Amino acid sequence: MSKRKVKDAHLPVGECITQVHQILRRRFCHQQLPDRPQGVEAQHKHLAELLKRTAVHGESNSVLIVGPRGAGKTTLLKCVLRELMKETEVHKNLLQVHLNGLLQTDDRIALKEITRQLHLENVVGDKVFGSFAENLAFLLDALKKGERSSSRPVLFVLEEFDLFAHHKNQTLLYNLFDVSQSAQAPIAVVGLTCRLDVLELLEKRVKSRFSHRQIYLLSSLTFTQYLERVQTQLSLPGDFPDRKFAQEWNASITTLCEDKSVEDVLQRHFNSSKDFRSLHLLLMLCLSRVSVSKPVIKPADFLDASHLCSADSKANMLHGLSILELCLIIAMKHLNDVYEGEPFNLQMVHNEFKKFLQRKSSSMYNYEQPVVMKAFEHLQQLELIRPADASSAKVQGEFQLMRLMLDHGQIMEALQKYPQCPTDVKQWAMSAFA
Amino acid sequence: MTGLLQQPGYDEERLKRVSELLPCREVQAGMLLSLMGQPQQYCYPSVFIYGHRSSGKSHVTNILMEELELPHATVSCVECVSVALLFEQVLLSFFGCDAASLLPRSPSLSDFVRIYRQQSSQFPAEQTRYIVSDTSPELLRDADANLLPALLRLQELVEDNVTVILLSEIVWETFRPNTGCFEPLLLHFPDYSKDELKQVLSKNKHPSYSAEFYSSYINILLGVFYSVCRDLRELRHLAALNFSKFCEPVEAGKAKVGDTHKLWKNIEPHLKKAMRTVYLREVSRCLSAHTHVELPYYSKFLLIAAYLASYNPARTDKRFFVKHHGKIRKTNFLKKNEKTSNHLLGPKPFPLDRLLAIFYSVVDSRVAPTASIFSQISSLVTLQLLVQISHDDQLDAPKYKCAVTLDFISAISRTVNFDIVKYLYDFL
Repeated sequence: MSKRKVKDAHLPVGECITQVHQILRRRFCHQQLPDRPQGVEAQHKHLAELLKRTAVHGESNSVLIVGPRGAGKTTLLKCVLRELMKETEVHKNLLQVHLNGLLQTDDRIALKEITRQLHLENVVGDKVFGSFAENLAFLLDALKKGERSSSRPVLFVLEEFDLFAHHKNQTLLYNLFDVSQSAQAPIAVVGLTCRLDVLELLEKRVKSRFSHRQIYLLSSLTFTQYLERVQTQLSLPGDFPDRKFAQEWNASITTLCEDKSVEDVLQRHFNSSKDFRSLHLLLMLCLSRVSVSKPVIKPADFLDASHLCSADSKANMLHGLSILELCLIIAMKHLNDVYEGEPFNLQMVHNEFKKFLQRKSSSMYNYEQPVVMKAFEHLQQLELIRPADASSAKVQGEFQLMRLMLDHGQIMEALQKYPQCPTDVKQWAMSAFA
Repeated sequence: MTGLLQQPGYDEERLKRVSELLPCREVQAGMLLSLMGQPQQYCYPSVFIYGHRSSGKSHVTNILMEELELPHATVSCVECVSVALLFEQVLLSFFGCDAASLLPRSPSLSDFVRIYRQQSSQFPAEQTRYIVSDTSPELLRDADANLLPALLRLQELVEDNVTVILLSEIVWETFRPNTGCFEPLLLHFPDYSKDELKQVLSKNKHPSYSAEFYSSYINILLGVFYSVCRDLRELRHLAALNFSKFCEPVEAGKAKVGDTHKLWKNIEPHLKKAMRTVYLREVSRCLSAHTHVELPYYSKFLLIAAYLASYNPARTDKRFFVKHHGKIRKTNFLKKNEKTSNHLLGPKPFPLDRLLAIFYSVVDSRVAPTASIFSQISSLVTLQLLVQISHDDQLDAPKYKCAVTLDFISAISRTVNFDIVKYLYDFL
């Protein structure tokens, strides 16, 4: 019996790879919730207890979860909610309202959304009747009428909390915090934000009604933990249909994480940022190279992926410029050197370029002003040069003052990599450093 | 090289066709395809593809979407002047016109996400849906502060298998909002190398000539234009325009098809001229160098006076325009305080009084300051030959700038027999 089961579970390689992609892509791209959030046990406990007190005992609370982008704020909250909802008492009792500062850009839209998500009586079909004032009064009434003991608690989740603080008079925040402070229907307000100075954005009256409870998700990750994280993220779960393949895969991941070059890549990545989202990006790039013909991740994949991640995009763009455009950039660099970062216009750049042509160049002939102008405009379109002041719409194109958006290192590096760069142009670029 | 495009879950035949349609872009197409994964799998929430103009960004994505029949919505940011149009287009191509008609007047992002969620719960995505935002997404950046961050994390907001692909000429760094956002996956499309350009351009050969003949023509064309222009579209346009000229000696019987040197000698001056005219799109406009504007006699002098006032420093006026200016020490006069000449820095503003003073000095006859003179000044402003600056004082002391080039003003002064170069400080 057991033997047959093993045989059944043996899938062809293509099928396995598809499954691997399915599972890992869900993890990296769709931000699938992990079984337990790692490294944030204390915060997790704090938040879970707080929400439970609201859900079960009807206590009104407010809390802010603060942390940089990609630190796992939403993941933490969702994990806590998932656990809470497993309890039948909470599941029956708690109402949830999810708002996002990106979507609900003013209080009117937010209010409509709240009314909709609470399924209130005056909502028929999908249309909300009544004006903003009526709506707010109705909603507040409904919340005020409730009592601590009898009415169902409501959980308000405000993602991108700092954007709500930019609403006019912060009416919504004031009312939510006010209800949470007074003995009305029990509500919990959970705000998620990436701004550390979010309390400074609040008005005084709003701030005084907020409970000043903040949960910080500042990553205190060490590199060994980071490596472990990589390993768990890449490993296949126990319920993978083909046991043997999963074991081999996991073994290959373990050896991969011990590889020196992979460790170097990850160390570099760790030094630039600790957040998980950029890690996911890196792993996703590695994963995309796994196919039937190459069913494991190799250290070379990691190297390639990190090259892709860390590539300087401006240098990439410089590589595709024509020689004329490159010459203009070198002329601008010289002007920057001579006049110490003063803005320049096309005439000056062209003058500098002409000087070069007269003095040195043999490989190029004189371009006419309109051709140079076209090249200059192309550079402006690529935003490699920018107008020094925005209010100069009336100035003729060739006299508009511009600034170069590149630094020496980038230009010199681009010159080194440039395919078939004429030697005199290279020497001209070098000459400023002498 | 059909081996590069391999991805399970797609039809083999189709992949082969796709790779034939994408010459010199197999690597990029393969990378994009492998990131997209199989149709039902998740793709990264947002992909940002950047590269130079006509490096095949839209072509590759469009061909992949069309040929593999993936559900996609292509929106052009130039066309979508309001966000409502963008939302409507996305809903229309994913869920049909019923969904698009659900949008209220002047919808917000909230409405869009709500309707999208509603629809996708009815018709859940079996395959990854793609929103391709074509042509200059930098307009998204300028549109609404929330729009770009919301689009980048659309997958999370609507909880559907959807991916947003942005195609841009500008690097991602200039897009990032100041409070940060969901970082997209960056993908670079490198420029075509010279050989690749040759290969792509040689594809559309003329039916009545051999392929070698055409590719030798392309060789010559690239020799002239490559240092200035790497835009495939532009080069293709130039190639199509000038080919008949290239064939002329062959058709006239003066040269044979193999006579490369003779053909090159014939075409090269022509191509160099084409850089001036065709490349700058001046054939159809006939402007610029041949600018010729008919102006009244006094207007011409007013314009000359304005040019002199703009490009000469005020302290030299006495020397140039007063007959008996007394003694000015020559060394003092010629000492140039400015580091660079005014013709590099651009025109300087001048008050109306100075313009009139120079005007009376350069016109030989006596001119009365009639209403017509003043109205001519303001009509020069409407013609955009002069620019009025600082709108605070319309009547009392208006200031102007001259907005014409040296060539233009020399042509004008030649018609009235005035030697302008003699009066310009920069050319002393």
